[in-house]
Amino acid sequence: MTRKRRRLYVVLAAMLILSGAAALTLGALQSEITYFFSPTELTAGGAPAGRSIRLGGLVEEGSVHRLDDGVTTTFRVTDLSHSVPVTYRGLLPDLFREGQGVVTEGTIGADGTFVAREVLAKHDETYMPREVADALKKSGQWRDSKETAK
Amino acid sequence: MIPEIGHFAMILALLVALVQGSVPIIGASRGNAAWMDVARPAALLQLVLIIIAFLALMWAHVVSDFTVLNVVQNSHTTKPLLYKITGLWGNHEGSMVLWVLILAAYGAAVAVFGGNLPPPLRARVLSVQAWIAIGFLAFSLLTSNPFERIFPAPINGNDLNPLLQDPGLAFHPPMLYSGYVGFSMAFSFAIAALIEGRVDPAWARWVRPWTLVAWCFLTAGITLGSWWAYYELGWGGWWFWDPVENASFMPWLMGTALLHSAIVVEKRDALKAWTILLAILTFSLSLIGTFIVRSGMLTSVHAFATDPERGLFILLLLCVAIGGSLILFAVRGPSLQPGGLFAPVSREGALVLNNLLLVAACGTVFLGTLYPLFLEAVSGDKISVGPPFYNKTFVPIMVPLIAAMAVGPFLAWKRADLAGVLGRLKLAFAAAVAAALGAVALEGGPVLAVLTMGLAAWLLVGTLAEWAERIRLFRVSPGESVRRARSLPRSAHGMTLAHAGLAIAMAGMVAAAAWKAESVKVMRPGESVDLAGYTYRLERVEPVQGPNYSSNMAFVTITRGDRLVAQVTPEKRLYPVQQMPTTEAGIHTTGLADLYVVIGDPDAAGGWTVRIFYEPMVPWIWAGVLLMVIGGGVSLSDRRLRLGAPARRAKAPAGATPARA
Repeated sequence: MTRKRRRLYVVLAAMLILSGAAALTLGALQSEITYFFSPTELTAGGAPAGRSIRLGGLVEEGSVHRLDDGVTTTFRVTDLSHSVPVTYRGLLPDLFREGQGVVTEGTIGADGTFVAREVLAKHDETYMPREVADALKKSGQWRDSKETAK
Repeated sequence: MIPEIGHFAMILALLVALVQGSVPIIGASRGNAAWMDVARPAALLQLVLIIIAFLALMWAHVVSDFTVLNVVQNSHTTKPLLYKITGLWGNHEGSMVLWVLILAAYGAAVAVFGGNLPPPLRARVLSVQAWIAIGFLAFSLLTSNPFERIFPAPINGNDLNPLLQDPGLAFHPPMLYSGYVGFSMAFSFAIAALIEGRVDPAWARWVRPWTLVAWCFLTAGITLGSWWAYYELGWGGWWFWDPVENASFMPWLMGTALLHSAIVVEKRDALKAWTILLAILTFSLSLIGTFIVRSGMLTSVHAFATDPERGLFILLLLCVAIGGSLILFAVRGPSLQPGGLFAPVSREGALVLNNLLLVAACGTVFLGTLYPLFLEAVSGDKISVGPPFYNKTFVPIMVPLIAAMAVGPFLAWKRADLAGVLGRLKLAFAAAVAAALGAVALEGGPVLAVLTMGLAAWLLVGTLAEWAERIRLFRVSPGESVRRARSLPRSAHGMTLAHAGLAIAMAGMVAAAAWKAESVKVMRPGESVDLAGYTYRLERVEPVQGPNYSSNMAFVTITRGDRLVAQVTPEKRLYPVQQMPTTEAGIHTTGLADLYVVIGDPDAAGGWTVRIFYEPMVPWIWAGVLLMVIGGGVSLSDRRLRLGAPARRAKAPAGATPARA
């Protein structure tokens, strides 16, 4: 086996594996990524029905209710110009509370209610999720004060 | 006064690093021995100075010196002593001090153990180490000084984020950083080799053990973090494909590739340029990993308070380090002498395949982690990339890797007989089929999970079969097998342990993903819930007072049939200083599965939200990874690789190790 032949084999194997990986990645980027929406964007429509998306904003004051089954919670996520009703079945994160930033992942139902599979709140309560901060800035409700931005 | 001493020591360390980064390397290019000799005392002095700075900061934390801003922000008088100490690196500024401390320790190790290295190589390596130190010390001193004072001093501090007050996370950063920074050794050797324009045997004998050390630390560090997320966050998961997790996983993947390609350099003197490229990329990913967590570039479920203003400095540092080393590689790489020939089907070929697959897998993780940033910059769309993406990209790349992993160690160097090797893997194939059938019989479920369980069995039995063949188990007398096992190099045992560990961990990962069960219910004391064959009864919930928190502790008894299995005590804690609640999961492990209970908030009617997970085979993940780290340690204790051993080896008779170079 000559050096050239060997190099050819290695290059062929590398091409094969890299093109395979690229194909897998491109395919997954088509179908498996999750878009982020603010309540305003979601209200305006355009969110794909049945596809998993993320919704982020503030938990509206006074909107959190627990249903009679004890484990389903409903609340509204707002960017202070629009708000979207959300239902979530499960244990809420430790830092979930009214007035705080939250990111939820799930699907939008036919009635406009967002059914969350997952609710994320930050580890650090002084920190606002970046998407939420941007959503608030977009809706013109961002206050650059010490309470919101660290 | 003591914080000022620490600050001053750090400034002195930076000055020493400037000397160490310039004089020896100039000496090496001019052949001036006196200038080259500056490197060793400089490296030791740098370590001493940084130890002084580190101890000064630790002193401020331990005595709660609230005139120091860093202590105010991260400590509180009621905090337990352990967390006062570990709180040092539970924040950005302190963790940077830990980073440079570990870097200086590795540099000093070259100075102490490097007596047998050619002096110019040693001088250059230590200079490159000093360049890294300059970058980090300047970053620390200019943008994140841990010794900054505050006036007037507050009565008490803000406390450490309660989630970090946990033994698992207390030791996660030192482990992780020892891994990240450990790859700086391979990097410095790679840069030094590029400057010299040659890769000699001493080079390979040094790079491999240090890469192995870094790899062991990184493996342990990632797992500690994952273990912590598993029991502390109360989400019942152990890996979330979160950017911060990926940041530590990418250097692991690349470092694993480096570990294997360094074997080829050492034994066969081939793949030299490739190994140098891997060394550069591994450390680059370590740098990116350090900074992804620190800069707030990426939104993450794990990100703690971050400061985007440091981003510019970080970006500059990354550009200089990564761009500079890659340019150097492009210029000097082609001049390296190519090494020995091999057929595609050979041990070398298998290791090349391993490298290609690991690098491709690392590439998908890299894209998944950074694509959201890129897309947002280009189109403004905000996206997140989660587990489904990695299940479709990373997992399919890992499958052929695992399949080939059982075959690779059987292959001979240079040229091997694939058909013959596959014949010797009949037992492993039978085990794979048996495991897949067993999985169907016991659990049923997703086809993919069943197949990957088979794959894990294939790897485990294939690995053990290779080891058994080496000691000719059952073919010769047991005494003879033991004698053969003793004379086998420790690195061979290490490989067997590490590969078997991966098989066990993989079985755990697959089972945990495929057959997990979950129940969420509001329970009053006295009520019970059934899940996966176990009955969980909430006995009572009691208020408990900790040193710096108050807690509601639930007592849950778990029974199976009439038999009492265990009592677990999940807690919901409140840390009053930060007004922050945390979850402490109650976990009972049966060895085959974890029974995992989390308690939530009470409702008005005296009920508590209780979330219960049945986590099949999760303990296997931890056991498997532990085995991998032990395997790395065993391999490291190999005489051939022992630190400083090359000197003795050079004098040892040629028969001590097979002459392969």
